[in-house]
Amino acid sequence: MIGMRMKALDLKLIRDIWRIKGQALAISLVQASGIALLVMSLGMIASLTETMTAYYDRYRFADIFAAATRAPELALEELRSIEGVSAVEGRVVGGGLVDIEGVDAPITAQFVSRSADATAPLNDVHIVRGRAPDPVRGDEILLLEAFADAHGLEPGDSLPVTVYGARRVFRIAGVALSPEYVYAIAPGALAVDDDRFAVIWASYDTLAPAFNLDGAFNEAVFRLARGVDAARVIPEIDRILAPYGGRGAYDNGDQVSNRFLSEELRQLTAMAFIMTPIFMSVTIFLLNVVISRMVQTEREQIGLLKSFGYTGGEIGAHYAKFALFIAIVGAAIGWLGGLYLGRVMTGIYQEYYRFPFLLFETDLRTIIYAAGLSVLGAGFGAITAVRAAVALLPAEAMRPPAPEFFRNAKGATKGFSLPLDRPTRMILRRIARRPFRSLALVFGIAAAMGLSVMMQFNHAAINHILHASFRVIDRSDMTVRFTEAIDEAAALELSKLDGVTHVEPFRDAAVIFVNGGKEHLGSITGVTSAPTLNRVLDDELRPAPVPESGLLLSAPLAQLLSADVGDEIEVRFREGRRPTISIEIVGLIDVMIGTPAYMSIEDLNARLMEPGRVSGAYLSVAPDARAALQRRTKEIPQLAAISVREEVLTNFEQMLSEGPGVFRVIMTFFATVIAVGVVYNGARITFAERRHDLASLRILGFTKAEAGYVVTGEIVTLAIAALPIGAVIGVLLWTYISTALSTELYQVPTVYDPAGLGVAGCTVVFAALVASFLIQKDVDKLDMASALKARD
Amino acid sequence: MFPGALLDRFAERRQAAHSQDPDGFAFRASGLTKVYGDGAAAVHALRGVDLEVGRGELIVLLGPSGSGKSTLLNILGGIDRASAGVAFYESAELTAMSDRTLTAYRRRHVGFIFQFYNLMPSLSARENVDLVGEIAADPMDAVEALSLVGLAERVNHFPSELSGGEQQRVAIARAIAKNPDVLFCDEPTGALDSKTGIEVLRVLKDLNERLSTTILIVTHAAATAAMADRVMHFSDGRIREVVTNESKADPADIHW
Repeated sequence: MIGMRMKALDLKLIRDIWRIKGQALAISLVQASGIALLVMSLGMIASLTETMTAYYDRYRFADIFAAATRAPELALEELRSIEGVSAVEGRVVGGGLVDIEGVDAPITAQFVSRSADATAPLNDVHIVRGRAPDPVRGDEILLLEAFADAHGLEPGDSLPVTVYGARRVFRIAGVALSPEYVYAIAPGALAVDDDRFAVIWASYDTLAPAFNLDGAFNEAVFRLARGVDAARVIPEIDRILAPYGGRGAYDNGDQVSNRFLSEELRQLTAMAFIMTPIFMSVTIFLLNVVISRMVQTEREQIGLLKSFGYTGGEIGAHYAKFALFIAIVGAAIGWLGGLYLGRVMTGIYQEYYRFPFLLFETDLRTIIYAAGLSVLGAGFGAITAVRAAVALLPAEAMRPPAPEFFRNAKGATKGFSLPLDRPTRMILRRIARRPFRSLALVFGIAAAMGLSVMMQFNHAAINHILHASFRVIDRSDMTVRFTEAIDEAAALELSKLDGVTHVEPFRDAAVIFVNGGKEHLGSITGVTSAPTLNRVLDDELRPAPVPESGLLLSAPLAQLLSADVGDEIEVRFREGRRPTISIEIVGLIDVMIGTPAYMSIEDLNARLMEPGRVSGAYLSVAPDARAALQRRTKEIPQLAAISVREEVLTNFEQMLSEGPGVFRVIMTFFATVIAVGVVYNGARITFAERRHDLASLRILGFTKAEAGYVVTGEIVTLAIAALPIGAVIGVLLWTYISTALSTELYQVPTVYDPAGLGVAGCTVVFAALVASFLIQKDVDKLDMASALKARD
Repeated sequence: MFPGALLDRFAERRQAAHSQDPDGFAFRASGLTKVYGDGAAAVHALRGVDLEVGRGELIVLLGPSGSGKSTLLNILGGIDRASAGVAFYESAELTAMSDRTLTAYRRRHVGFIFQFYNLMPSLSARENVDLVGEIAADPMDAVEALSLVGLAERVNHFPSELSGGEQQRVAIARAIAKNPDVLFCDEPTGALDSKTGIEVLRVLKDLNERLSTTILIVTHAAATAAMADRVMHFSDGRIREVVTNESKADPADIHW
């Protein structure tokens, strides 16, 4: 025989696959969804991790950051001598405001002095356009690329800035990126806002005088020798910087940009590990159903083949190949889809995470994972059917299968004493006749619904966060922050500005919370006794009374510290006179964003021994006066930052619609693929098994729709049965996922949105209707004469 | 075998329907052709069949397998379509009917009995009969129909709990419950032993004689031909011969 000629069994394989191409494709697509998600997530994780590592390494991203009020250059020598520190730099960091022609709103700027070390600077910048500033020319700066792009600024343009109350005009020498600002977010902001946050790098000689730091620095950054634990070095740094107003050193795990990045990676990993098994299980289940059915239908053929002398192994392999083929097609589609989705997601990531380069790539390992999982899935899916085929005795196989057995047992008729028409009884009896398969189908559909419910809940949770944060908690129009804590009398000047109807001052103090062995770098916000603009609310969004004395801790912070109401925790202030005191926790509040702690402003100031100081204020502003007020505030020297609530909200919404929004669309699509895949396969099999009954019904004079009802009714019944189970699965998944997705940066509230259940239910019903429609087409085409001849 | 009142009601209805033209034809066909597949693979199941079947006739179609008799039955029964030629039921042209009209035709006028019964395994005997009752105009009560075929005691049994003969009798009950004008039987006794087969034939004969139901029976069993008004011999897709029986045999006298 010619070697190239295809074996008869393989020809059968190809023709069989072609015959059930719709079902095979549906399974392949479910498989493809899982693989695509895996390829995308793993690829994204690998790409981000590799890019991040390379970037951090090449641009010497600092391992430790330590802020101080004013440390002399001499202190650097001492810091350098700490064992394990390989490099240290002192720099000047400070806030300011950018004034751009035609933009009313004040723009927050972060100034960072550039390293004097030309050979191996820490936190080095990557110049995208233009050049490094000329050290001789004090007015040249580098500007963060995202901000430059948002305003169309180019090297050579000038940039008016207010630094410490003084207005200066800088010249942009170049546009740059930095490993410190991959995720460039303004201090205190919730989301990236490219046009409202600028990072400006200038020489030390330019910035030191501007911030009254000649011969001194207010932040030290460190690189550690390989293998050195930051936790060992930090106490030494804190000790050395303490006399200079050191605010507590932290490792780069707490560095804002880096932290957002690691949280993103953590969430991607969680997604990959939760979602992939769901898709794989459904694929395995579908393969199992389809191939078992096939073996059952082909009993006679199997018997015949065995009687010819084919071995059980050869026949088993035949059906295993069938599963493998579907799985491999699914893996291939999934792999391509994953590459495509990865590119799309990379494009979105690049808008928020600024790297000099970010290429989506999958490595060999991901391909091996995907292929391995597919083969494994196919194996699991086919195993029971293959074993049945192997075990079948030829003689037994060639006898037609025993007729479906329905007994007049208790319940078989009793349970159906309801006035149901016969076709409906046929549906119900069949479901009851095969409880395991019916249940399996129900669970398959429910899994799809669960996924859909989870995505809907996620969406609702995000809306809940936004609503609570920006409509219920924060009811101010604008928030202003001063460059340092100032006298409250000055703050109250704000109320004299045109259009300001209410001023609510607050005091922020950087602290380290210590309880037992647990430490947390954070801050305490001192608020007025009954704040109305930025409120302190309990878990039911009712105003929580601010105690005259003691701390109100956010629940996640209390959890981090393993502290509860009544406990006294140690608070190390990192500013002012830096007292370390114990404060009692007098209450817990639920929050969604961050890990805040509140006190009464008087109590906070008293403990800091700085009465009457404020860090900023929430303003209520008449709508028609807002634009004018923004212009005015740009001229207030002590202002470090101004945020407009509506802008922050819009910005946040935009970010969510691009990142998680795209992801939600992808997941909803996948959930629909699963639902249609399961329902359609179930329906096809029911149809195949009932061809004979359907033909009989048609011959008896039932119309196409009436006959089709026997199958479509079953589909719809199972889909409806799946609704409550899907809701439960969704709730469980969401409870788990919301915890997995919650970070210190924001808590994902485990809210269960009834509307989400409705939308997810509609997805399932839609899938059932699509499957019913397709099956009804088959019923319409049913050839009565031949359906009766073929004892299927 | 049939109780009088029921019979009267059914017989009256048939007479009323046929009062315009009491001696008319149930079926007429000319040039009926059926080809399965095309080109070299084409199978000619019917090669131009002409026939007339009078109302109330009992016709037996005899012939070897593949001779076209089942195909003819399927076309006249409205479950298959002819490739060429025309066929009429009463004055309605079957060969010109849409799917929808054919469905209505089967629903209103036709009963089928098959060799393998084709009962719904998930419905009990009574429910299998009800199945038809639910879509018929003036159906017989299911229990009544089952009593007629001697299954009064087994109405709540499922097909898997019944013998072949019993299953076939359920199928007959299902077919006659709606008082069809025409009854098509494809090898009705093919899967039965001779004793049970005779019982089935007796029911058919009763139906034909007392309700004037037109009956067409396809069979291999030549002996069955003795009970027919006319016998049509098939071979190779054509009717070779039509024999009119001078006197019809009683099923009890038939042996095979």
